[in-house]
Amino acid sequence: MVYLTRVEHFNAAHKLYNQAWSSEKNEEVFGKCANANWHGHNYELYVTVKGKPNPDTGFVCDVKQLSLLIKEQVIEKVDHRNLNMDVDFMKGKLCSTENLAIGIWNELQPHLPAEVQLHCIKLYETPRIYVEYFGE
Amino acid sequence: MDKKVAVFRREHFNAAHRLYNSNWTEEQNAACFGKCSYPNYHGHNYELEIKVVGTVNEETGFVMDTKKLSDLAQELVLEKFDHKNLNLDVEEFKHKNPTAENIAIAIYNLLRPHIDSALELYIRLYETPRNFVEYPV
Repeated sequence: MVYLTRVEHFNAAHKLYNQAWSSEKNEEVFGKCANANWHGHNYELYVTVKGKPNPDTGFVCDVKQLSLLIKEQVIEKVDHRNLNMDVDFMKGKLCSTENLAIGIWNELQPHLPAEVQLHCIKLYETPRIYVEYFGE
Repeated sequence: MDKKVAVFRREHFNAAHRLYNSNWTEEQNAACFGKCSYPNYHGHNYELEIKVVGTVNEETGFVMDTKKLSDLAQELVLEKFDHKNLNLDVEEFKHKNPTAENIAIAIYNLLRPHIDSALELYIRLYETPRNFVEYPV
C-alpha cells in the first residue's frame, strides 16, 4: 500500500459564530474569530489517498486527475468565498477547520477513482494550526 | 560603530477583504479583480516583515529594541487589522482598495511616526506565501 498526497490551497473568509447563542456568549467562546464582519485565511489542503501502484503505470492514481478532482469538487466551491455564506456543504454548520475538513472529505470521497481509498484530509488554517480527518 | 545593520521583526494577522472599485460597474470589477471581487469577501493569513535599518547604538548594542518594535506592531497594526474585515472595519480602507500594496503603505504610515527618524523603515507584506509586496522601494 502506498499513500499519495496532493497539496492544494484556497483563500476564504469565515467567522466562528453559533446562531443559537447570544453575541456575548459567541465572543466569550470564539473571541476575535467571532468578529461580525468576518476575517479570513490562506488554507492549505493536503489530500492523501492510498492504494497499490498499478503494474502498468507505476501510479497509485494519476495525480493530475486527482488534482482536477480536488479543484472541481472542493476548490471551486470554497476559493475566494465566504465559507459561512457561499458554501452549500457548510450551510448550517459551524465553520471551524474541523468541520471544514469533514465537509471536504464528504465532497471528495464519492468522486475518487475506484482504485484508491481516501485516507486523510489535512487542512491548515494558518501555518501554525491544522487538523487531520481520517473518516472515522 | 557607524556600520548600518538591518533588524527584522516578523508578525502575522488574519483578515477578510475584497478588491472592489465602487466607481466601476460589476463587470469592470469582475474583469479587473476576478474572484478577488466576490461580494461576500475572502481572506488571507498575512505575514508582515518590518525592517529597520540604522547604526548600532554603542550603549545598548541595538539598532532598535525588537521588543519595542514588536509592541508597536501589536498596538498600531495588529490590533487594527487582525481578525478584521479590512474593507468594513479598518478606517484606512473606507475609501481605498485593500490591496497588498495599499496595506503595506498603510502599515508604513502607522509605524513611521513612532520609530526614530534616524532609522530607515521598510515593510514587506505577504498576502499568500507566493504573493508579497515591499514598501518603500
